[in-house]
Amino acid sequence: MRIVVAKPGLDGHDRGAKVIARALRDGGHEVVYTGLRRTPSEIIRIVTDEDVSALGLSTLSGAHDVLIPKICDGLREAGLGDVMVFAGGIIPNRDREFVFEQGVRAIFGPGSRTDEILSFLDACSDRIEKGEPIGVGQSAGWRWE
Amino acid sequence: MALGVTPLGEKIESALSGNRRSLARLLSRIEEGETLELPEVTPWTLGVTGPPGVGKSTLIGRLVEYWIDNGEKVAVLAVDPSSPRSGGALLADRMRMDSTDSGESVFFRSLATRGHPGGVSHLLSPMTDLLCYCGWSRIIIETVGSGQAETRIVAFADRVLMVDGPDRGDIIQAEKAGIIELADIIAVNKSDKPGAKRAADSIRSSLELGNDKNLPEVHLVSAHNSSGIDELVVAIEKCSSPDWRNRLRITERLLSTWDSRLIMSDGLDGVLDDLETGSITLDEALDRLLS
Repeated sequence: MRIVVAKPGLDGHDRGAKVIARALRDGGHEVVYTGLRRTPSEIIRIVTDEDVSALGLSTLSGAHDVLIPKICDGLREAGLGDVMVFAGGIIPNRDREFVFEQGVRAIFGPGSRTDEILSFLDACSDRIEKGEPIGVGQSAGWRWE
Repeated sequence: MALGVTPLGEKIESALSGNRRSLARLLSRIEEGETLELPEVTPWTLGVTGPPGVGKSTLIGRLVEYWIDNGEKVAVLAVDPSSPRSGGALLADRMRMDSTDSGESVFFRSLATRGHPGGVSHLLSPMTDLLCYCGWSRIIIETVGSGQAETRIVAFADRVLMVDGPDRGDIIQAEKAGIIELADIIAVNKSDKPGAKRAADSIRSSLELGNDKNLPEVHLVSAHNSSGIDELVVAIEKCSSPDWRNRLRITERLLSTWDSRLIMSDGLDGVLDDLETGSITLDEALDRLLS
């Protein structure tokens, strides 16, 4: 899969994002890493130009409740509804349902194992092959929990 | 995850009218091996090469800014290596070029080498044709950080900028490098750091040791504080490749196509299995792959 791993907003810590990017690479995926402090519109631009199937968002600052909806809406508006979005970082339990409702298919918090993320991506590939919905603009329902 | 309902021609029309998504999708199609029927075009291409860590990506970011300010539409194809073990790739050139993530006048695409030797594949050529056809007037190809023998970039770029930096070791390293003979322009980056001027001087004196009359210009620049960038762009715009380069370009294109045919051939895994067990020789393997 081609995947963008992005750091939206103002938090300046990307060790987690880099660990994920590296693990996905070692799992055979092509990973475009954006670097720190990207705006939602920059991230949508990157997803467009790079023609990726998936977007991983890492946020630790607590702004996930603003940034993730902006990015998911922006993707749908840009006609990128078939792109799968997953999230990671610090997303409190009380916010998980809200984040899933934005179209995010998985949330990987602290303690997640990288092999679990790879299994999730394999499951996504299977669903794509079968034509089952997975994108941020496609019907809700399936999520990785 | 291509939906694949739009016919190719329609997609090309859409890309031509400025739809970035269509352009991005078409580039993926080319990467997957599809051939597009396009009218003949003459893309303006600049290859940027040089050792890892000398600031190629940051310098390209400055060139992009300059050209955008002067009304050009700039596309960047940045090549990073695929992992030989997993086949995956970490494509991180974008993070050093954040000027490329906004505005309609720049298009940035990261490419993985996907096993193609020489760091760039023969697919770059149809990609630059497509970008040119869609109105991108300056196309920059960034190669993987090169060692001493990476010359394949000449197959795909009309002009080659080699970037070096201070403290890169003994100048004999530069003299050994094939790429320095192929560079149309040399930029020594990080002029804000000590040692950069000395590096530029020793590259100049190394070039002058040869018999060649048409020596490439050596520019001292700093992508960090933008000094020397304007002069560098002017030099890039007016430089042209020498005639003897044509033969080399054709040779490299031929080798590149050969490599790609080998790597993409259906029976490759089986042949590799047989080679591993020693049941066939290398020559037999080639015969089987190309038959």
